[in-house]
Amino acid sequence: MSHTTPKATRHVNQNEGLIFEKSSAGKAAWKLPPLDVPEVDTKKLLGAAERKDLGNMPEVSEIEIIRHFTRLSTWNYAIDLGMYPLGSCTMKYNPRVNEVVSRLEGLANAHPYQPEKASQGALRILKLLSECLIEITGMEAITLQPAAGAHGELTGLLMVRAHHHSKGHPRKKILIPDSAHGTNPATAATVGYAVENLKSNSQGRVDVSALAAQMNEDVAALMLTNPNTLGVFEQEIHKIADIMHAKGGLLYMDGANMNALVGKVRPGDFGVDVMHLNLHKTFSTPHGGGGPGSGPVAVKKFLEPYLPTPVLITKADGTLGFDYDRPQSVGRVRSFYGNFGMFVRALAYTFANGPDGLRQTTEDAVLNANYIRKGLEGVYDLPYSTPSMHEVIFSDKLQAKKGVRTMDIAKRLIDYGFHPYTTAFPLIVPGALMIEPTESESKEEMDLFIDAMRSIAQEVEEDPQIALNAPHTTRVSRLDEVAAARKPVLRWKPQT
Amino acid sequence: MRYLPKSPADREALLKAIGARSIDDLFDSIPAEYRLNRDLKVPRQMAESEIVDWFRERSRENGDGYTTFLGAGAYYHYRPVIIDALISRGEFLTAYTPYQAEVSQGTLQSIFEFQTMICELTGMEVANASMYDGSTAATEAVMMATRLTGKHSVVIAQSVHPEYREVLATYAVHQDMPLTTVGYGQNGRVDQKKLEQAITPQTACVLIQSPNFFGTIEDVAAIADMAHKQGALLVVSISEALSLGIVEPPRQADIIAMEAQSFGVPLGFGGPYCGVIATREQYVRQMPGRLVGQTVDRNGKRGFVLTLATREQHIRREKATSNICTNQALVALMVNIFMTVYGKVGLRELAKQNLAKAAYATEQFGKHAKVLFQGAPRFNEFVVQTSEDPYAINGRILGHKIVGGLPLKKFYPELGNAALWCCTEMTNRTSIDTVTGMIAESESTPEADVEEVTR
Amino acid sequence: MAYPSDFKYTKEHEWVKANGNSATIGITNYAQESLGDIVFVDLPKVGSEITAGKTLGSVESVKAVSDIYAPVTGSVTEVNGELATAPEKINKDAHSAWMIKVALKNPSELNSLLSAADYEKFVAEEGGH
Repeated sequence: MSHTTPKATRHVNQNEGLIFEKSSAGKAAWKLPPLDVPEVDTKKLLGAAERKDLGNMPEVSEIEIIRHFTRLSTWNYAIDLGMYPLGSCTMKYNPRVNEVVSRLEGLANAHPYQPEKASQGALRILKLLSECLIEITGMEAITLQPAAGAHGELTGLLMVRAHHHSKGHPRKKILIPDSAHGTNPATAATVGYAVENLKSNSQGRVDVSALAAQMNEDVAALMLTNPNTLGVFEQEIHKIADIMHAKGGLLYMDGANMNALVGKVRPGDFGVDVMHLNLHKTFSTPHGGGGPGSGPVAVKKFLEPYLPTPVLITKADGTLGFDYDRPQSVGRVRSFYGNFGMFVRALAYTFANGPDGLRQTTEDAVLNANYIRKGLEGVYDLPYSTPSMHEVIFSDKLQAKKGVRTMDIAKRLIDYGFHPYTTAFPLIVPGALMIEPTESESKEEMDLFIDAMRSIAQEVEEDPQIALNAPHTTRVSRLDEVAAARKPVLRWKPQT
Repeated sequence: MRYLPKSPADREALLKAIGARSIDDLFDSIPAEYRLNRDLKVPRQMAESEIVDWFRERSRENGDGYTTFLGAGAYYHYRPVIIDALISRGEFLTAYTPYQAEVSQGTLQSIFEFQTMICELTGMEVANASMYDGSTAATEAVMMATRLTGKHSVVIAQSVHPEYREVLATYAVHQDMPLTTVGYGQNGRVDQKKLEQAITPQTACVLIQSPNFFGTIEDVAAIADMAHKQGALLVVSISEALSLGIVEPPRQADIIAMEAQSFGVPLGFGGPYCGVIATREQYVRQMPGRLVGQTVDRNGKRGFVLTLATREQHIRREKATSNICTNQALVALMVNIFMTVYGKVGLRELAKQNLAKAAYATEQFGKHAKVLFQGAPRFNEFVVQTSEDPYAINGRILGHKIVGGLPLKKFYPELGNAALWCCTEMTNRTSIDTVTGMIAESESTPEADVEEVTR
Repeated sequence: MAYPSDFKYTKEHEWVKANGNSATIGITNYAQESLGDIVFVDLPKVGSEITAGKTLGSVESVKAVSDIYAPVTGSVTEVNGELATAPEKINKDAHSAWMIKVALKNPSELNSLLSAADYEKFVAEEGGH
């Protein structure tokens, strides 16, 4: 490597095999207290249903487990280590007080079916979070039940369908911009709608005349992300909403990019009828290696009757409870009430910020993205000159001349101590580099990022092989994904 | 604001570099008519100590320290402390989805181990890296069966968790998926005669739960035969994962949809939990959710990657096997550590303790009330029928800081004054004796005037 | 790259080799190059019907799935079993890694397909973007 990387260096790193490779009969990491009731004869109780053997389940000691997972953890990148410039993921700081409050025993050990009388604490959390999210989105009612964004999309579209059904015609299609996240069309299909693509204009925004042409009484809704996946605000949102509403269609908003809007503008105010939020993006709940998330769905009043069952209510005596008598509800989208642990965290985040903090957070998020845009303009191709909000898209057009694509640049970025940005999405930008720093990045971290990206661009000019063979400094080099897909090995097996 | 790492001077410098006069310039693209010109009406900013105090109050208002006899899809088991010690590490807690394998080997290898252990426990050949929960796992498993068979009708046992059935119904309505529900018999198991009649050549799959909602273990082999004879698949849902420590897994199933919450995931008022789908290798391409596969890097070193991604939404879009994107990775890691801690011997011993506690409780309850569904084996749950309304009973015992079994009237009105009770290794004998003692009193005396506790 | 002159082609990059009332179908070299390393091929079963212009299956690489469109209408008489275990044969030689054989319902459909020369021209224009 010809360039120095101020942020990251190589470091001695422990090897660690699979836990099964350490297993040996007689090792144990558990001990149970003595039974205070009589022992049972399992054979007598279970008969043929008795399990004789737990096969190759491991037997290891506690220290081996602690070392195993601790070593594994050191192979991961994480927000706690540095910036994730991942567009549309909003990888912001995961506050630790969130972790503490969610573990308070009365909340952590609460059974979902415990009597309402003994659940007023949890119900109050649901109520206050609901109220805050309604205020933030400018909507009028909400469900916290969906477990993630895609699940929220499903719930939202079920309500769209229920609405149209009540009007006598469920309609056939959903319009989705070609810049949309993959969950949007996948969800539409699950709800039984056909998907019709909506082209973006040259500025990367919805082509309003195309929308007007495609909108008719067979279209149930438009699924919009705003700002869109290019990080650009749909300025004609008023026209867009009017076109939809004029022919009885609904405007669904994918709230993945709310980090650009909180405290500055509210989707309910600009014509959105139904939307989902991603608590694991905007509201700081941890990504944890891929989940859990939480995808509340906020709606305007006319959709309230269709909310999933049960709905939170305040009873005559002032206590909180659930209402299951909801004849027009779309039903249930999961058991119990939603990812409660994420509600606690999101509410704690809201408390820590207050109105000023939430607004400042949004402003910093947009400020940061624009700073990075400025720092990389001219070095990377900017396919759209429209102003960026909280994320910016470049393309690999300039570097492609040297045979280097976005994925290669992303892999080289790893050597500079950063996690890659989002590659190859949205689909309308070939060779995309989608960058969202979030408000959690200091000027220092961003300068290191900008320097790293500039350095890589320079390397591409001088010696493309560096990027093409990157990363060079990780535990494993590029992995053979083709072999993994052709002949999948999806579990460990003992040597025979 | 504590979480924002920029000083006013930094912000000035950034604005200058961008060439903006003020931050308002950067929000110019929002039409003026929509810009919010007031503060959001959310609670004022709180100090960290205030945040902790506020939630501590809520915790106190939430049955903190109460003993529970509730099961019904969410189970109170001991959580070894190393689970939180490990998952709280920033490298696990704050890591992203492992799309970039070179910097995610920690997450990927632990998921690979998770997949392996789920296969060992369920007797299946492949398992995914988690779904939202047991209810959505069961629903996705049923949809998977319809894709595999090309058929649309589904037969479900009424002894499957009522909320799981509700979720399936919600999804099925738009998938042109006729659902037939088959009742249960005197022994608490699905009525096999009625089941046989309900399965037709148009049936895509049969969905049962074992141990079922009543805690009873189904005759999986017989049901599998019935289904397979008609070219239907058998989907088995498992909501009490610990049963796999002592009960034979449903090896004859084609797809198993599990809730793994029992394995180290806090009850947490209903979520986040950990659904999993496990199946036979030949069905893997129709399986939803993320999958981790083993491979090698350029130097031949073993490593792990997300694989078979073409099933997923980010590639196949409207033709995806599911719309799922985010899963339950951190919770699956808790499950992984739990399974590793207890392991081959511990899981069996733990399950045996559960069996012993429930057996003792059943015996005690049986002296004063009616324990339903005799004649078939159970794991750690059972149904008790009393002359007194279970809501009234629960109202009384709540006063002793004990939460009683789930009254079943709202789900199974035909069972009258019945409630579903669960005993785990965490249930102590004293609590069982206290509760059965109180029931003994009320079942032998005329109904007293007690405060009802509504569910 | 020479495209066999005894094949016919579609704009979706399938090739057809006709032999009286039966035809053999595959995807072109251009297609396999665009897809990259192929990991899986989803083909119809013997006996099933395919309709010109509609999808008959798909080809997967690690990061993408592409539909295969039927160039002709007919019923599937044979499926290349080798591709189930060795899909990379398509990458090695797309024009000999045949996918399915069909009994043609309407052989005149072949007349509206592209010749090797026309296809080569089409590909050259598309490749220049």
